[in-house]
Amino acid sequence: MTEKLTGAQALIRALELEGVDTIFGLPGGCILPAYDPLLDSPIRHILVRHEQGAGHMAEGYAHVTGRPGVAMVTSGPAATNMVTPLCDAYMDSIPMVCITGQVSTTAIGTDAFQECDTVGITRSVTKHNELIMTADDIPLMVRQAFHIATTGRPGPVLLDLPKDVLQNQMTWHWPTDSDVEDSLPGYRPTTKGHPRMIKEAARLILESKQPVLYVGGGVLKARAADALRELAEMIDAPVVTTLMARGAFPDDHPLCLGMPGMHGNATAITAMQKSDLLITLGARFDDRITGRVATFAPDAKIIHVDIDPAEQGKVRRPDVPIVGDCRLVIEEIIKALRDMLAGGEKQADISAWKSRVSGWREQFPLHYSPSEPGDALKPQYCLEKLRDASPEGTILCSGVGQHQMWSSQYWKFNEPYTWVNSGGLGTMGFSVPAAIGAKVGRPDRTVWAVDGDGCFQMTAQELVTASVERIPIKVAVLNNSYLGMVRQWQEMFYEERYSEVYLSPELPDFVKWAEAMGCVGIRVESPEEVEAAIEKANSIDDRSVVVEFRVDAGEKVFPMVPAGQSNDDVILHPAQSTKREFLR
Amino acid sequence: MSNGQPAHHILSVLVENRPGVLARVSSLFARRGYNIFSLAVAPTEDPAMSRITIVVDVESSPLEQIVKQLFKLIDVVKISELDPRRSVERELMIATVRVPAEERGQVVELTNIFEGKILAVGIEAITVSLDGSPEKLDDFEELLRGYGIVELQRTGRVALPKLDKEARSRAAKGKAS
Repeated sequence: MTEKLTGAQALIRALELEGVDTIFGLPGGCILPAYDPLLDSPIRHILVRHEQGAGHMAEGYAHVTGRPGVAMVTSGPAATNMVTPLCDAYMDSIPMVCITGQVSTTAIGTDAFQECDTVGITRSVTKHNELIMTADDIPLMVRQAFHIATTGRPGPVLLDLPKDVLQNQMTWHWPTDSDVEDSLPGYRPTTKGHPRMIKEAARLILESKQPVLYVGGGVLKARAADALRELAEMIDAPVVTTLMARGAFPDDHPLCLGMPGMHGNATAITAMQKSDLLITLGARFDDRITGRVATFAPDAKIIHVDIDPAEQGKVRRPDVPIVGDCRLVIEEIIKALRDMLAGGEKQADISAWKSRVSGWREQFPLHYSPSEPGDALKPQYCLEKLRDASPEGTILCSGVGQHQMWSSQYWKFNEPYTWVNSGGLGTMGFSVPAAIGAKVGRPDRTVWAVDGDGCFQMTAQELVTASVERIPIKVAVLNNSYLGMVRQWQEMFYEERYSEVYLSPELPDFVKWAEAMGCVGIRVESPEEVEAAIEKANSIDDRSVVVEFRVDAGEKVFPMVPAGQSNDDVILHPAQSTKREFLR
Repeated sequence: MSNGQPAHHILSVLVENRPGVLARVSSLFARRGYNIFSLAVAPTEDPAMSRITIVVDVESSPLEQIVKQLFKLIDVVKISELDPRRSVERELMIATVRVPAEERGQVVELTNIFEGKILAVGIEAITVSLDGSPEKLDDFEELLRGYGIVELQRTGRVALPKLDKEARSRAAKGKAS
């Protein structure tokens, strides 16, 4: 019994069978055929106002659910508008499937209307991409796309669908799991760690006197938070969580040192520098963490657990490389440790190390100069108040810049999948659409998007999408009238020569703009107004809220390890810099 | 090759024979800053697969990273690294040489010495071809330069590992003599 469908019907059915419940998209000429069967599908489609918004929404959705985010847009300019979100997903290993329309197969290569070489343009920003040339290929290509996006190191996959392929008839079939695997002879991700390497890692762990667990985003991708906690408590070692891993280990846990790296806290940075063993889980020795590579953690042996073999030795040669899924490998390491300890081996005494680390924590908490009466509002104060008033399980999304660093530093992430930001690519404007995608993925949670005034102006129009589609989010715009991070660099390294960083104190009127987009708009100008504004925002459930906090432009993010410098030379807040001898 | 270390890596990459695979491989190399010295590609005995033989400049790249990044490409199925000291390499060259009629004989003689072929003869020029090891082609090319090369095209190397037996019997021969 053969069933004949159009390519478009096959596409939508394939997406349904892959478990897709939401598509973020915007129709156009070439993708039009796919939008017809969508009307009859249970899949919810969210109509965005800019294709870039669809991409970031798909990312936000994937961040909080772990399921692949799906975006569907047309050809030409719509596809090129997807390059930024695709590159962002690629850099942060976010599972995403992007479907773009394309001109008919007969028109490809003729500079047709809204034609562009989508596969060529997105080749280096996708884990894989395909131009589908016949409708019969649609079920297999869709299955392949989801398989590639969600297994191994997750990433974005793009399917380019010519208009005639969507319109042509095909015979429906649904490939099995083994059909899909067999069709990809070059793709066999390794998930199980090598037993000998695991034993070796366990041995190094027991011998180490100054261990640190260096936890990266891979731990979240592997859903390994519970396993990590078990391991950390078993060996009683301090844990640092990178920008992409915040929440993988609870900030409130006594072993948690917080975020290391360029704007990490001094304790986390120094603990890594002075360690004799970095147990690296799902992290990639990014330059923001290592600073100058030659002087990074000079005395540390490295255990490197990562599902991507290309990360092994890319920046720093590991002593024990383990290619595999973080959760499976951590579980095996725990078993190996248990066996060794049961067999009479002992863990080295790390109590001296622990008190050294505690000493740093005492001396170097995060610090900012609180505002004197009559002073401008401090951005860090706003974040602290926001944090303290947030209901349990609140999801925080962020843009890129000073506000992002303060958010990661000052917020207490005690649950995984509650922090959504753009780490590797650092895409300004990520926050609002990602928050919308996150709210769609977790409608039961409060979702706050922190944004700078610069970032907000890049993608704010998606608040119209949120209003129309009834996806209520809350946005905190930390408005200092500047491109804050760039201004900080110009102040510190360019002798206060401020080149093109001043935005404007009065334009746009964020409150009026928010109201124009169907949101509640609130302006906060002094410390006394902060708590009441946040309370009001948290009490509104049926529409989005934008709270504009007018904050001090002179605040800088500390600590700071300037790009390319050694982590040993971390710049502390001026109030703490006299104590830096204690970091030796 | 003064210290015995090869100046190039040779990678033999087995890929799915599908449109765009070559573009993926070369754009990976470009993006990561690996310098391709030469490249040859054609389907293998299995028409679903192609083999790409890439000669990579050693200076520009750590081989281990190149291989690992290549493996990340979904279409790449297998990668072998061929050590030039332990492989059989072949390449083809065709060249048009400017030569007046009275000197043509010299070029013909040179070509015969190298066991090449004459492809075409013109009034003031001659086109020859030569296949052989890259070093043999290098030597031939240098000799041709003396006459004035109009145009020259090389295919890039293909290579397979040396046979174990062959290597052993060579070593034995060497000892005997």
